[in-house]
Amino acid sequence: MITAGIDVGAKTIKVVIVKDNKVVARAINPTGFEPLVTAEKTMDEAAKQAGISRKDINKVYATGAGRKSIPFADHNVTEVTADAKGTNYLLPSVRTIVDIGAEEARGIATDAAGKVVDFAKNDKCAAGAGAFVESMSRALEVTVPQMIEISHKSTKEAPINATCAVFAESEVVSLIHTKIDKADIANAVHDAIASRVCSMVRRIPIEKDVVLIGGVANNSAIVAVMKKHLGVEVGVPENPEFVGALGAALLAAA
Amino acid sequence: MTTEFYRWTENTWRSPDIDWHKAETLVAGIDVGSVSSQAVILADDKIYAFCNTRTGSNSPDSAKKALSIALNGTDIKPENIQYFVGTGYGRVNIPMAKKAITEIACHARGANYMGGPAIKTILDMGGQDLKGIHCDEKGKVTQFLMNDKCAAGTGRGMEVMAELLQVPIVDVGKMSLEVKEEPEPVSSTCVIFAKSEAIGLLRGGWTKNMVLAAYCAAMAHRVVGLLQRIGIEKEFVITGGIAKNIGVVSRIEKELNIKAMPLQPDPQIAGGLGAALFARDLFLKSKKAA
Repeated sequence: MITAGIDVGAKTIKVVIVKDNKVVARAINPTGFEPLVTAEKTMDEAAKQAGISRKDINKVYATGAGRKSIPFADHNVTEVTADAKGTNYLLPSVRTIVDIGAEEARGIATDAAGKVVDFAKNDKCAAGAGAFVESMSRALEVTVPQMIEISHKSTKEAPINATCAVFAESEVVSLIHTKIDKADIANAVHDAIASRVCSMVRRIPIEKDVVLIGGVANNSAIVAVMKKHLGVEVGVPENPEFVGALGAALLAAA
Repeated sequence: MTTEFYRWTENTWRSPDIDWHKAETLVAGIDVGSVSSQAVILADDKIYAFCNTRTGSNSPDSAKKALSIALNGTDIKPENIQYFVGTGYGRVNIPMAKKAITEIACHARGANYMGGPAIKTILDMGGQDLKGIHCDEKGKVTQFLMNDKCAAGTGRGMEVMAELLQVPIVDVGKMSLEVKEEPEPVSSTCVIFAKSEAIGLLRGGWTKNMVLAAYCAAMAHRVVGLLQRIGIEKEFVITGGIAKNIGVVSRIEKELNIKAMPLQPDPQIAGGLGAALFARDLFLKSKKAA
């Protein structure tokens, strides 16, 4: 049995192909303004990587913000369901999943079988999502990887109280003007996102193990501040941005 | 130099008829907002001069700049001014101010002066916040609601959109009304997401005017939501910079089915004017006490 999961996110489209309960391919591309074209391209790339033809794929499940617009998908599942399934496959001991994507963040409580018990999400506001990091890196005139690197070197707290990414940009600009170290500003930005996400996640019961997934999980500075805010260890699986697509592929096989 | 599309028109005004030398009181209100600053000079109970300028990176300098622009071309020296009141986001950092008063109280007082005692509801659409204010016939605040946590519905949000579309911000309102049919409002609440949505709409073949119409409509809808929580009683006025955006104002009026009473000379000076009126009260009180 060969199945594929396609996660149509706000920023990137991810495809995972699963054969007999094993991952055989992963592909990712920026969503762009023609998601359907990108979806086709990403499917083709993943199939090529798996050494199969797209016709060999028995079933395709879609997830993500654009999940309902994929004509070749047999079915679609919510990000919450897909995240829970994918995480349970990778790390069965996890009971709390935090997923931070480009434009959305979710907290998901699951049981031992990977079934969703409760969830909370924010999809209305960029403060507390990946888009915030990107817009702050532009204000700091550094790349996102540079911002992560300097953030770890921060020694002092910088005052950022903005709950809004647009206002935070003005705050960052005035902090730069007052000669506050960029490292401290970068750290304050990461702290602001983590604190916002954590206050949302606290609406669901937080039980160990806790894991961070989604593209933002690749940001080690955020992982570090998340630990501080939640007061527990926060794990990150390999390829955290593919967990939703993986979950969709596994659900298609079920 | 690149064009700064977000730049709105800074303005100054001076009364042609008043001789301040003959006035018994000469006071000033300074409103240092997050985006714009105003200084309003009152000779007795009449507006003698005002200015409306952009806030700089720190409040004391912005206050001094606003005052010096307002006084430019007059023979008033700062020491001629008997009392200063500061208001706005930066009100605690205005060096010449003897007292700081909240912008909510000042906007109500200023709107009451410009619009008269019939005004009951004030919508202040500022650079970084939104306020719904109820006041009595004397301009005293009876109730208010505010949003200062989010750029949606604020002047700053509109600046971001003007920059994105490369449209001078002063033209946004007019252009947004030049559409054959009113489009669906932009669905994203967050300005950051609205930006992505707007880019998508442009790629999908929408004209700039249509995107502006969709954004102005979304902004109006958001503001109406806040106002409905506090309730709207006539007369209704809008203060702050967005009061000058006909695209947003007309859509608010349509959604509420109520006309906003126009404010003269300038809806953006309501806070500074209110502060100046308080300064006059405080000066007269201190003189009486002495």
